[in-house]
Amino acid sequence: MDPILIHLIKIVGVVGVLLFICAYIVLAERRICAFIQDRLGPNRVGIPLWIRKDGSAIQIGARWALGQPIIDALKAIFKEDFVPGHVNKFYFWLGPMLVMAPALMVWAAIPFGSTLCGVPMIIADVNVGILLVFALASLGVYGIVLGGWASNSKYPFLGGIRGSAQLISYELCLGLSVIPLFMQVGSLRLTEVVRWQTEHLWLVCYPWNWLPAIIYVASSFAETNRAPFDLPEAEQELAGGYNTEYSSMKFAMFFLAEYANMITASALMVVLFLGGWHLPFVPVSGGIAVGVAHICIFLAKVCALALVFIWVRWTVPRVRYDQLMGLGWKVFLPLALAGVLITGLAIVAGWSPS
Amino acid sequence: MKIERKPLTLWERLYLPAIISGMMLTFSHLFRKKVTLRYPEEKPEMPPGYRGQPVLVKDDEGRVKCVACQLCEFVCPPRAIRIKPMAYPENAKYKKVEKTPEEFEIDMIRCIFCGYCEEVCPERAIFLRGPYSVTGLSRKDMVFNKEKLLELGGTLPDPIKKWRKK
Ligand code: SF4
Ligand code: SF4
Repeated sequence: MDPILIHLIKIVGVVGVLLFICAYIVLAERRICAFIQDRLGPNRVGIPLWIRKDGSAIQIGARWALGQPIIDALKAIFKEDFVPGHVNKFYFWLGPMLVMAPALMVWAAIPFGSTLCGVPMIIADVNVGILLVFALASLGVYGIVLGGWASNSKYPFLGGIRGSAQLISYELCLGLSVIPLFMQVGSLRLTEVVRWQTEHLWLVCYPWNWLPAIIYVASSFAETNRAPFDLPEAEQELAGGYNTEYSSMKFAMFFLAEYANMITASALMVVLFLGGWHLPFVPVSGGIAVGVAHICIFLAKVCALALVFIWVRWTVPRVRYDQLMGLGWKVFLPLALAGVLITGLAIVAGWSPS
Repeated sequence: MKIERKPLTLWERLYLPAIISGMMLTFSHLFRKKVTLRYPEEKPEMPPGYRGQPVLVKDDEGRVKCVACQLCEFVCPPRAIRIKPMAYPENAKYKKVEKTPEEFEIDMIRCIFCGYCEEVCPERAIFLRGPYSVTGLSRKDMVFNKEKLLELGGTLPDPIKKWRKK
């Protein structure tokens, strides 16, 4: 087959699956937060199969609200798209796009499976994989800052400022916390990282990687603006934060981007620490069945981690702004550096295989 | 007031144990019994004495307690009540009561649920109780007539049998 066609199929597939998971992770979040608070959450809208004459519908999965994402999307589309008079129109429009695009673009460099029919299951296997991913992921902050600034009102503005400060601080810890991994693997290529983990243990199994793993997890909470670090959109203080002035589909873009970012962060975590598509006792290479199984394993791990993100959000209260900054600069940064040092010692001592 | 703040121990300052125990707690909540009622299918039980919409009641002999004195009609601030009194027929059991409402309508759109009618009623015939969801598809639907008010009210036995001795 034409390689361009193969790439197109992969791109469409990845974006499609990603958006699908996004839509349903929103539903999962609403259900799980309800359950954690002893409520039921959405439990009415199923996927309609047939509308009867009297207007009632035959639907499946109504108890689990499987149709809720469809309804939510329709609602977002048909709502009035109100643009306040005092905004800077161009940047106001640009904000949501800039926030959504990087979240999708990052997936170009994430290996989501081994090979299927001889085709590697990654869109672009670049040799600077993780650098590309971080570079793209940090572009997302421009959307937030632009959205906050262009709204031309104080709460979104504060949200945007917080967002930028937070992302810059935690970008550092994020970057430093993965350095130990690449010291062990010896390559920045993400497929290489996964291959290393299939040959040895998963990176999270080595004790000297625990500290980086914890820092990585916490920093990616901050990177994706999720609780306990959801300061840019702190509803109680900022009336919604950077997206206060947005409505309709533009708001939905911000909203979806948050979840897309969350899934991207969990995918990266899976690739870097949890062995990517590898699972013990599943053959590393084989026919179509194995290739599909690898993709499923990867998606399952990503979804499981995304659920952990949700779980944490509804457990831990939001930190204060100074606590956030203190944690980032005074605790995580030195600890991440210490992690690099410890891993270096482990490699010198010959404990780390490679 | 001065609040003593104990310095945190190292264990507490690590935060992770606290976060993990918190996550265990929220996890256990996933499986607890939910407090939500699925409203239209499951209706909440209202406690006795719940102050809902105004309804008419009957006594334990099945007599409509209202004697059509029209005090409630008079006191009702938004004039939600319309009463058309009639005399008891000559041979009726409760002839001595003299009057009874032929029509008794409360416009639930006008009613502000102030409870003055209940307060003013000399016969303890009208009460704010029971039903909490007052719905209708048209303005006409929302004017509750005597039958409907009596049905919603039901019987409310009264220890004082005022009309028995007379
Ligand atoms: S509750 Fe108040 S407003 Fe309603 S009928 Fe009685 S007196 Fe009128
Ligand atoms: S005050 Fe009581 S008795 Fe008099 S008309 Fe109203 S409900 Fe009937």
